[in-house]
Amino acid sequence: MFDNTASSLAASGVPRYHLTEEHHPENGTLLGFWLYLMSDCLIFACLFAVYGVLGRNYAAGPSGADLFDLPLVAVNTSLLLLSSITYGFAMLEMQRDRLKATLVWLGITGVLGAGFLGLELYEFAHLIHEGAGPQRSAFLSSFFTLVGTHGLHVAFGIIWLVTLMFQVGKHGLIPENRRRLMCLSMFWHFLDVIWIGVFTFVYLMGVLP
Amino acid sequence: MSAHNDHHHHADDGHSHGTLKSYVTGFVLAVILTAIPFWLVMGKVFSDSSVTAMVILGFAAVQIVVHMVYFLHMNAKSEGGWTMLALIFTLVLVVIALSGSLWVMYHLNHNMMPAHDMRHMP
Repeated sequence: MFDNTASSLAASGVPRYHLTEEHHPENGTLLGFWLYLMSDCLIFACLFAVYGVLGRNYAAGPSGADLFDLPLVAVNTSLLLLSSITYGFAMLEMQRDRLKATLVWLGITGVLGAGFLGLELYEFAHLIHEGAGPQRSAFLSSFFTLVGTHGLHVAFGIIWLVTLMFQVGKHGLIPENRRRLMCLSMFWHFLDVIWIGVFTFVYLMGVLP
Repeated sequence: MSAHNDHHHHADDGHSHGTLKSYVTGFVLAVILTAIPFWLVMGKVFSDSSVTAMVILGFAAVQIVVHMVYFLHMNAKSEGGWTMLALIFTLVLVVIALSGSLWVMYHLNHNMMPAHDMRHMP
């Protein structure tokens, strides 16, 4: 059967190895970056599972209800949510080819992200100062691993953002920079999605009796 | 310049763009879906904490969908459907990893010595 087809193709001239109507993604980078985000999602799923298993093992130490400062978490959540929409505004300005407005919105996004990171570091320093560091109990180990991994992602996102602001400032909104900005957009919104899981599963459910 | 950009916009046609309206809609929905869980927990609205837990998990699931649609512009057509396929595959793995871990580890402490006896040990 196969030989028959192959020989008939060879007889008809040029052999074809794929269907002509098969769809190829027009921009492979964005699909590839999406696949990276999905694998990153699996890392967070494992960390969430670890927290789900160990989150109530306090080792006679402080619990979430003793430690978590919900107003601070609410401020942090709103900072990250605001940074998501300001990045959206930067993307809209990029589509309209307005270089300066894009840079301004990117800068605001970076400041909001840095504010989020600063508050998180303040919270971590406060917990460690109170003797509730990662070595205190399984609950705190898994808490610091999960929230710290998210914070590390935000930190790298800010470094990437600043780098891109210099690139856009130097070379303008060339196709390469647009592609990079789209990748960072996906990354930034993805971190906000993960944070929904963190503030719900870790903070809000952690203070419930 | 504009001809060049038209060409460029065609080049990344597989990725859908947001509009101002979609970003603002998503943001307003996200703010509402964030504020209600915080209010439920901080205001101690339900006396039963397992009810609160179920409700805020439901709100989180809805908010994740809102972010996916309005901020990440997920739809079945972008990149020829491959992003949606990758997302569904990842969700299956996430559900297996999360529910499997919680289910298996739920009985972790069953055969252990009662924890409170530790205090009386030398």
